[in-house]
Amino acid sequence: MDLALQLLFTGIGIGAVYALVALGFVLIFRATNVVNFAQGEFSMVAAYLMVVAVEAGLPYWAAFIVALLGMALLGVVFNLGVYYPLRHRTYLPVIIATIGASILLANSVLAIYGPQPQVLEGWFETPGIQVGPVYLDSQYLLIIGVTICLVIFNFWFFEKTLLGKKLQATSQDKEMASLLGISVSTMIMITFIYSAVLGGLAGILVAPVLFVSIQMGSTIALKAFAATIIGGFGDVAGAIIGGLALGVIETFGAAYISVPYKDGFAFLVLVAFLIFRPQGIFGERVAEKA
Amino acid sequence: MSAPSDNMPIPAPAIRSKPLVIRHLPYFVGAAILVALAANMRFDGYVHNILLQATTFSIAVFGLSVVLGLCGQINLAQAAFFGLGAYAVGIGTTDLHASFWLCLVGGCLISLLAGAFLGMSTLRLGGHYLAMVTISFQQIVTLVMINAIWLTHGPDGVSNIKRPDLFQSSQSYLAFCVAMLAIVGYLVWHLSDTKLGRAMRAVRDNELAAGVNGIDVFRTKIYAFALCALLGGLAGGLFAGGFAYVSPDQFSFAESIVFLTMSLLGGVASPIGSTIGTGLLILIPEWLRFLKSVPGLYLAIYGLFVILIIRFMPDGIWGFVADAFARWRAKTAAPPVAGALHLKPATVGGDTVLEVTGLSKHFGGLKAVDGVDIAVKRGGVHALIGPNGSGKTTTLNVLSGLYEATSGRIVLDGTDITHMPPHQRTASGLGRTFQNIRLFRSMTALENVEIGAERPGNTMVGKGDDALTERAMEALTFVGLGSRANELISSFSYGHQRLIEIARALASNPTLLLLDEPAAGLNSTEKLELHELLKRIAAQGLTILIIDHDMTLVSEAAQHITVLNFGRRIADGESMAVLRHPDVVSAYLGSE
Repeated sequence: MDLALQLLFTGIGIGAVYALVALGFVLIFRATNVVNFAQGEFSMVAAYLMVVAVEAGLPYWAAFIVALLGMALLGVVFNLGVYYPLRHRTYLPVIIATIGASILLANSVLAIYGPQPQVLEGWFETPGIQVGPVYLDSQYLLIIGVTICLVIFNFWFFEKTLLGKKLQATSQDKEMASLLGISVSTMIMITFIYSAVLGGLAGILVAPVLFVSIQMGSTIALKAFAATIIGGFGDVAGAIIGGLALGVIETFGAAYISVPYKDGFAFLVLVAFLIFRPQGIFGERVAEKA
Repeated sequence: MSAPSDNMPIPAPAIRSKPLVIRHLPYFVGAAILVALAANMRFDGYVHNILLQATTFSIAVFGLSVVLGLCGQINLAQAAFFGLGAYAVGIGTTDLHASFWLCLVGGCLISLLAGAFLGMSTLRLGGHYLAMVTISFQQIVTLVMINAIWLTHGPDGVSNIKRPDLFQSSQSYLAFCVAMLAIVGYLVWHLSDTKLGRAMRAVRDNELAAGVNGIDVFRTKIYAFALCALLGGLAGGLFAGGFAYVSPDQFSFAESIVFLTMSLLGGVASPIGSTIGTGLLILIPEWLRFLKSVPGLYLAIYGLFVILIIRFMPDGIWGFVADAFARWRAKTAAPPVAGALHLKPATVGGDTVLEVTGLSKHFGGLKAVDGVDIAVKRGGVHALIGPNGSGKTTTLNVLSGLYEATSGRIVLDGTDITHMPPHQRTASGLGRTFQNIRLFRSMTALENVEIGAERPGNTMVGKGDDALTERAMEALTFVGLGSRANELISSFSYGHQRLIEIARALASNPTLLLLDEPAAGLNSTEKLELHELLKRIAAQGLTILIIDHDMTLVSEAAQHITVLNFGRRIADGESMAVLRHPDVVSAYLGSE
């Protein structure tokens, strides 16, 4: 029982990271109708930026700001270089281009840094606290706390601010939004920046828990995508619940079934959902209409 | 009623083409020369290895040209299927001491089954799912290759893989692989002109239109995906025999991306393009070996290539060349002359071709169609009209199966089609056109109409490709576009595209033709031509159910009118009486 509680905590912590990346997926998907396959690489690049900034001697908080600014810039470049030129084409060329971008990003970092995984220290000095039978790792606590704050922020931003409403209008009907004087291309640019920062944040938060490696991007992205399907594609709440659920399932699977195949559980859960409940937990839309 | 220019009783010369084997003779001669060269030229080991790699990789990339090029579905796990075939031969010929041929076939089967399973679980959903699921599958296969040491020898890989006795020397094995390449290449090349290939292209261009033209979209996608996996497995088996050693890193996600890049670079739609792309991407890295000294640089460049190709050369190198050639040929090649089109609508049921009772379609709380009855009599033009938002198009979409009915019953010529998917309704004799035209944009007018003619259960078309072409030409000639049959859809005006859509439906010899606002967007001359065309269709006894706003067209063409308003039927009967009905007048003009 104590072990189960401990696993639950860890699972929610890692699941929160999937949820953040999944949120980035969903936001871009709703704005552009395209899945960004380089979303995981945003996390990886941010973690490396953080490592570089810390090694360069910046204080942790300054490195954090530098890394997030770098991600915002990457969001701009990504939109202009990968999505925007293809915006009038069907989804297939666009996803192939984002896959190309993901390969480009991962391997550029590999070419610069080499295959050696890097280590990033955690934010706090104290490693964690013992509460009854459960040991609460401070980094996991931070991840969970930041995720809760972001979910609240996200809700406030999209529901209560004018910019958030404009973004929603753009994702629902681009033509009508542009007729109402909303600059669709600006809104899409903002979405990419926001998603890149969100993905980057997830990468920086999870970096002290995992190693900072080239593969971390694609691993996180696959889990996050599975999370979006489990939660219901295109649904914000679904992405978060799906991410948390997947983190817990995976942690328990690794503890009780098999460690080497830990990364395979997400796939099995994904296929089960695709066969038995393709609309996910919350979703209604089953297939994309032509 | 018939326009003299179109239906003159000229004894049309039947369309007869030379047998395939003779037309394609140059290909086989070329292939035989290549095989002979591979068997007899002396290569040093390095060149031999490059040739062997290019040959086996090309076969795997052919798979992508089927799934991505022909059918428009993505597969990011081709290296995994390649690996399944390779490990089947690797483990089979060493640990299990089985014959090479048995292992090769077994590997193909394993890949085929894995592909079919993946496809069945995912292909009903959109393309994004498929991309992610194939990546996940790729990761799982890699995980198993590395971790299931008892089976796969783990990261060490399998060595001393056997070759068949018949092709023991490297020279003869290479010749064997080149022969396989030639055979598979021929099949893939020819596939696009078969019924299955046309169905795949139709699915790629427009899934909705493919469905209502009698194509089982889901099954077609699964065939394409499984075929791709099968070719991956075959290529992997040949690869394993050739290099005698396999290890997990040869079949990683990165290799899947390499395959994808090869396919995109050469031209995704053709086996020739696949071979060009594969050859280039195997040779270029050999010339630029220094890049390999920096890990990652190499794949980073591939990633950049993918983005640039998609942006600037979406059809690849061969697509670029072939497109120029096709444009030149469309101008020069005169389409064959066709005879008159005969429509022979099936008459199984009684006097009523379409019997709709109590049909409802609700979207959540909105009752878009609410308990509508329609009875379409055989051999006339029946119109369904109503103000905007009255539920006309929803009714049509429920009739053709794009929406599932909430309740009610639809009987077409004695067959209950209420719960059939679109392609089965088409097979039962329903033909339709769309308000916003849905043609297969990458195909010629003739190919579009051929897909219509291929409707399962079409009794008016004989066996073989020639009969199909003949039927399609007749339909195109009937709408007056026979002379432009070989042109691509993009070169036709809006009005002509509408006529091609009607021809596509007519070629299938439907029992009932549904026309969704055929006059929308036409100018007055085109409307007159459309009116004439409708008369000529009706004169052949085909029943038409037409939806339109154009009251002149409706009142002149239709004998019977059903009027909808707010999802309910408010009037039904003989044209003139219905149009004078007070409810109809008030629905259209408003009441005092």
